[in-house]
Order: sequence, then C-alpha cells, then structure tokens
Amino acid sequence: MRETVLLAATNLGKTYGPGCHECGNLTGPDKGTNICPRCGTVVALRGVTFELHEGEILGIVGESGSGKSTLVQCIYFDQQATEGQLSLKGYEEQENVLHIPRTEKRKIRSRLMGMVYQNPLRGLRMDITSGANVAEKLLEAEIFHFARIRARTAELLASTEIPSAYTDTFPRALSGGMQQRIQIAKALANNPPLVLLDEVTSGLDVSVQARVLDLIRELQRERGISMLVVSHDMGVIRLLADRTLVLKDGCVVEDGLTDQILEDPQHPYSQLLVHSTL
Amino acid sequence: MSLKDLLGGPDFRYNFAFLDEGAKREVRRALLKAVALPGHQVPFASPELPIARGWGTGGLQVTMSLIGPDDVLKIIDQGCDGSVNAVNLRKLLVATTGVRTTFDSREATLMQSRHRLPEIPMTEGQIAVLQVPLPEPLRLVEPSEVETRRMHAEGDYARMWVSLYEDVVQNGSVSLSWGYPCRVNDTYIMSPSPIPRWDLHMLHDSEHLTLLGAGREKRVYAVPPHTSVRPLEFDDIPFTVENFSGMACARCGSTDTFLDEIYDEKTGQPSRVCSDSGYCDLVTQGMIRARQAARA
Repeated sequence: MRETVLLAATNLGKTYGPGCHECGNLTGPDKGTNICPRCGTVVALRGVTFELHEGEILGIVGESGSGKSTLVQCIYFDQQATEGQLSLKGYEEQENVLHIPRTEKRKIRSRLMGMVYQNPLRGLRMDITSGANVAEKLLEAEIFHFARIRARTAELLASTEIPSAYTDTFPRALSGGMQQRIQIAKALANNPPLVLLDEVTSGLDVSVQARVLDLIRELQRERGISMLVVSHDMGVIRLLADRTLVLKDGCVVEDGLTDQILEDPQHPYSQLLVHSTL
Repeated sequence: MSLKDLLGGPDFRYNFAFLDEGAKREVRRALLKAVALPGHQVPFASPELPIARGWGTGGLQVTMSLIGPDDVLKIIDQGCDGSVNAVNLRKLLVATTGVRTTFDSREATLMQSRHRLPEIPMTEGQIAVLQVPLPEPLRLVEPSEVETRRMHAEGDYARMWVSLYEDVVQNGSVSLSWGYPCRVNDTYIMSPSPIPRWDLHMLHDSEHLTLLGAGREKRVYAVPPHTSVRPLEFDDIPFTVENFSGMACARCGSTDTFLDEIYDEKTGQPSRVCSDSGYCDLVTQGMIRARQAARA
C-alpha cells in the first residue's frame, strides 16, 4: 500500500449564493438537489474529504452538476473553495493552501500541478503557437533559458505524439485530439507531482479517445505522477483509476477501489451509475 | 495671431506654466507615488490642453507641474531640438513661464523628450521627462486593463515572456525596436516610452530622475536615480542594441552615437547623422570633443 499522501482535502465546500443555516440540511444526495430551497444557494461541494497518494490515480465520477469539475477547479485555484482545507506535499509553508496569497498559488500551479481542461479553449491560447503554449508553463516557472525551453518543448510534444511540424502551428488549426495532447504536454512541462484531468476525452471520437487514454496511462506509469481524473464515463474510470470517488449533489456518496465500485456498488446512486453505463 | 498675443493681454492671463496650481498639485501627487513605486503606472487626471492628446500632453503636464522660474528647459523630439513638436511645446512653455531654454543637454535642469535621451548621460539634479504613447507594456498580450493591473500586482509576467519567446522563434531574436520591456527595480515591467534600445542603459542606475507621462492614457510612472532597469532577456540570448558599426555621423564624424538616416533632397543619396542634434552641434562647433570619431 502506498503511504505518502500527496494531496489531502478535508471538508472541502463551495457554494454560490448568499447561503443560510439550512443549506446543509436541505441539500445533498438524500434530498436529491444541490440548490437550497430556502435561499436558492447552489451548494456545489459539501464536506468533500479525500486523500490522494503519491503515484496514485483517483477517479471522480458523477452526473452533470454533481460538482466534479468544481472540485478540480478548486484544487487548481481556478475557483476559491468557500470551506475546508487543502494541503499539498511540496508546499510546506502553510498547512492549508486555500487561503495563501495568489502569487503563492500561482507558484504551486506552475511548479506542482498541471491541468488538462475538458475544453482546450480554457487550457490553451489559440493565438500563440503550440510550442509557445507549452513554453508558457516553463516560463511561469521562471525558466528563462531559450535553448533549454525550446528543447524541452520539443521533447514534451514528441512524448505526447505531436509531430514536430506542428510545434509552430496555432492550436486552433489542429484537431480536438491534438489540442488535448498539447494540453497534456503543457500540464507535464515542469514534471509536476500532480496532474488534474477534467473530462479529457469527452468530445473526442472513440479511436482518438483510446489513444489519448493510452498516452495518459503510459506517461503516468513512466513518471509516477499522481492524477485526479474527472469523468462521467465509467469506461475512462475503469481504465485509469486505482480508486474512485462517486459524487452526487456535491457530496461523496461512495469511495473505494475502482474495481470494487464497478463490481459491487453499495450506494443506490453508484448502482444506478454503474448499471446505466456498463 | 501668435500665442503671445493671446496670452499677453492684461485681462486674459494664464497661470504660470498654464496649468492652475490645483491641477499641478494633482500631477505632483501622482508623481510622488510614481517615484515611490518605480515602474508602477499611477493614474492622473490629464485634463484638456491646448495641444491634442497623443502629441506629448503627458510629458507636457509633468513638465508644467514641475517647472519653476529658475529652470533651464530643453525639449527634443526624435533627438532634435528643432522638430515641429518640440518647437511647439517649447513655445507654449516659454510663453507661459518665460524660462530660459537651451539646446545643450548639460545646461538643462528639465529635459522633455519623446524618443531619445541625450548622448551625454544626464547627471544628478537633472530631470528627464518622457512623453509616452503606450504606457502599458502588457497591452501587447492582454487587452483588458483590469487583467493587466492584476498581472502587474502579482508579478504574473509569463505571457510577456511568451511573446518574447515567440518573437525569438520566428525572428531569431527579439525584434522590438522601441518600448522594449524592462524590469524596474526587479519588480514591475515597464515600457520605457518610445526610446530605442540604444538608450536603455542610460535609465539603469542613472544619476538623474526620469519621469514618464502618458496624456492620452492618463498614466505617469518614474525611474528614480540609482534604480535598476533591466531589459528582459533570455539567459542564453543577450539583449542587443541597434548596430551602427562602420557608420559615422556625416556632420560631426561621431561613431558612437545613435544615427538617423536622411536623404539628400536633390541627389537622393542617403547619409547618417547624429539623432541627438544638440550633441552633434556641440561637436561640430568645437564646444566638446567627440568621444569617438571617424575624423578628428
């Protein structure tokens, strides 16, 4: 069993709206909603607690609106979690990284994390070349040696199977699968211990999906990176994740080994999810 | 009718240096903040002036708010005391202040310029005022003002670097000729007005105070004396300046000055002359010896 905890989330919560003292009681999986009927607040995440170990892939499944993307975006600091605690190995200055200054958050983002968004428009800039998109991550980490950046960029694009001819092409001219691979190259640029994948293969056709998933699995094995994989697709989770969290209405309703959840789901919602997709 | 006729009448007088004292104080307050935060752009009111915005009103207001009766003023445009913009600004300031003007940069206490700093490095006690068209160096990469301010506040300059990276990929070197982004005091990235790369070293650890004013964009910023101003450069691609090797000024023979290319009106023959006309005149008249010259 792996021992070292890379990322630990405790009671993570995210709400949109004014909030009232009944929000907690009136929302959640047993109420079947994440909108508080009293004040209209959206409780996107509530009391999410988990640990991610080094070299592990943790899957996060759930239906649309269950809080999957909000969860990874809170971890990547795209959104500010409203409650709870998040600690990260490699950043020891503060126990809880949710409330550190934004400059510090950006340091964590550029050195300790990588992110692959569902929509490449969020993760890439379409008006600069593919190579420059990857280089941006290196420059964020204050690597200012041009030849080294150029070499590293080429190496990363090669490892994600982007033909070198496309290095100086704008991502908008490339296919969806190619764009996702550039995002992956960018996410891996600084050898981060943690990579977040938000619905990476949704919107790609099945053969391209398979190649991207293979690539992710290979790179993960090679480098021993920890990953959080968000997907609504049980197939993706089965293929990638060691352990899985099932989210519903912002709460974790079940967690355990992926095989266990797929073969013997305990929570009625997990059962529904497994049976309706497999 | 000349400006003097307008200003000279007994019933129709402007305040000293045109701006009223309240307006000057507002500019000075912004300037104090700018000096305290080197390279940081400070907003100021930038009211209407008898010169259109974009014609040096930023620098003009800085000069107007600082000038006193004992100041000696030099105004240049493209390094030249005699170009249209410089002449007009000088006329306005002389008419409203009566100060002494000079073409000799060593004599000036206040030197307003758009594109150049004088060839002779300015010294302690002198103030350089630069007219800035585009104060925001990040505008190239980010159109939103809210976003560029956040980027400055957080030192989030990766995208500026990406634009330099792309430039090197495409052109082999950074191709920006003016407004070359500089890191001031190891903190903010600043656009050093449209001065050429050639002049940047004179901003770094200088003896004099540099004040930069952008009238249309309503921003002032400053480089105090002895403040570091470092052009952004990659570790393995050093910053370079304009190359005039093998060329000399056709008037004074200098080989170590920033040269302009001019064409003979009759023959169409190109020749090179010093961009800093004040310096060139001093050498030609024998007032100073050229530091390096083709023919001495």
